[in-house]
Amino acid sequence: MPGSSSNPPEKPSGPRATPLRAVHEQLGATLTGFAGWLMPLRYGSETAEHLAVRRAAGLFDLSHMGEIAVTGPDAAAALDHALTGQLSAVAPGRARYTMMCAEDGGVLDDLVVYRLAGEEFMVVANAANTATVDGELRRRSAGFDARITDQTADYALIAIQGPEAVGILAPLTDASLGDLKYYAAQRATVAGRPVWLARTGYTGEDGFEIFCLPDDAEPIWNALTSAGVPAGLVPAGLAARDTLRLEAGMPLYGNELGPDVTPYDAGLGRVVKLEKPDGFVGAGALAERATSGPRKVLAGLTLTTRRIPRHGYTVLADGRACGTVTSGALSPTLGTPIAMAYLEPDVTRDPKPRLAVDIRGRAESADLTDLPFYRRSRA
Amino acid sequence: MSVPAELRYTAEHEWVAMNGPTATVGITDFAARSLGDVVYVSLPAEGASVTAEEPCGEVESTKSVSDLYSPVDGEVTDINGDLEDDPGLVNADPYGAGWMFRVRLPPGSGDEDLPPGLLTPGEYEELTKDSD
Repeated sequence: MPGSSSNPPEKPSGPRATPLRAVHEQLGATLTGFAGWLMPLRYGSETAEHLAVRRAAGLFDLSHMGEIAVTGPDAAAALDHALTGQLSAVAPGRARYTMMCAEDGGVLDDLVVYRLAGEEFMVVANAANTATVDGELRRRSAGFDARITDQTADYALIAIQGPEAVGILAPLTDASLGDLKYYAAQRATVAGRPVWLARTGYTGEDGFEIFCLPDDAEPIWNALTSAGVPAGLVPAGLAARDTLRLEAGMPLYGNELGPDVTPYDAGLGRVVKLEKPDGFVGAGALAERATSGPRKVLAGLTLTTRRIPRHGYTVLADGRACGTVTSGALSPTLGTPIAMAYLEPDVTRDPKPRLAVDIRGRAESADLTDLPFYRRSRA
Repeated sequence: MSVPAELRYTAEHEWVAMNGPTATVGITDFAARSLGDVVYVSLPAEGASVTAEEPCGEVESTKSVSDLYSPVDGEVTDINGDLEDDPGLVNADPYGAGWMFRVRLPPGSGDEDLPPGLLTPGEYEELTKDSD
């Protein structure tokens, strides 16, 4: 810009690209800015991508997710103090879904933490929260013999999800997939490249997440594509990922989770280990919340209309506002609109009122539905 | 992105095909691609009066909901009932099977004359180039 040359730009302009950007462009993806990253929103029809994951397999670029290493003799103790879960009780090679809360019990991020070795953990954070989690881990580990390293730029992350994922991946890896349990991780090779291979995901299907070197992302993606296309694998974008996790009843930070929400409100009190001997950040506030009962409850709603209840819409009980929709979509699997919403606890108990969602001025009737909306059948 | 030469367009991404006093209306390829999969289309009722540049329906996609504007004044003579069961026609064939409604222009207007305010294919391409 003329006249502004005295302030040279310090940050690269525009969102960060993942190591797979060229692949996405070649596939004709619609790219979108997401949490500071340029990510594939969809490649063609997001509904088709969603259904492919349910019926066969989908391939996702999740390289925007944050990877933060916590290492050292006190790594486990530092995480026990910093997070709601008891990470010291996690065996090497296993993973745990957990949260980082503020002193007042509000959720700063939901996390998957992998114990890669006795003194080595990998904390996987949401892209939008990686800097917060990294900063808080540093602050909270003061006094512990533990080192915090943001390794996000050192990893690409590829997920293969769906009932065919295991069959597609098996011939490409040296890992024995039958022995790799849900929420377990191990060192392995995929397409001859060294990776951390984890049986985790965010779709409600069986599947794997592959943490690899950025330079290895493209060959691994291409190998999985070549092996997977005959089995029905398609590349899948963030739009499909969002509807898949919603059907599976999984919360999304920014929608169901945030600093004004405790894990108990979200129905995820199980991730809070109040019994940890040395306490943790937020323990006081959370202990109080555990006994006082939730101020609101996260509920599932199913609608009979074709109109979609969207984030922020008001939920009505006998015509009176009783809550707010946090996520909503037309469920590709069920064919009906579904939503998660925070509701006043009373309206979910008998005698249940008539519920509706105010969709742009019209009350569309809604039925309470147990979460998740979709549960895969296990073979 | 396709912008057929025989159609006229609105800045809200509808297309109009004039056939004598009757206008057939849909949304453009650009609009359909931007919205993502269309999952529900709410159309005006047959016989309803519509006014140019005013909303007369809704297009719901997986990610958003948009108002559907009528490009012209007149009376709705026909709506595309196939969209009820298969709103994906809007994505698959926006200028053909994905058409939305037909409007008869008031007597004395229209015919071969273009309703005022509509964009030529060139003007519409220019508009979408900027927002692409």
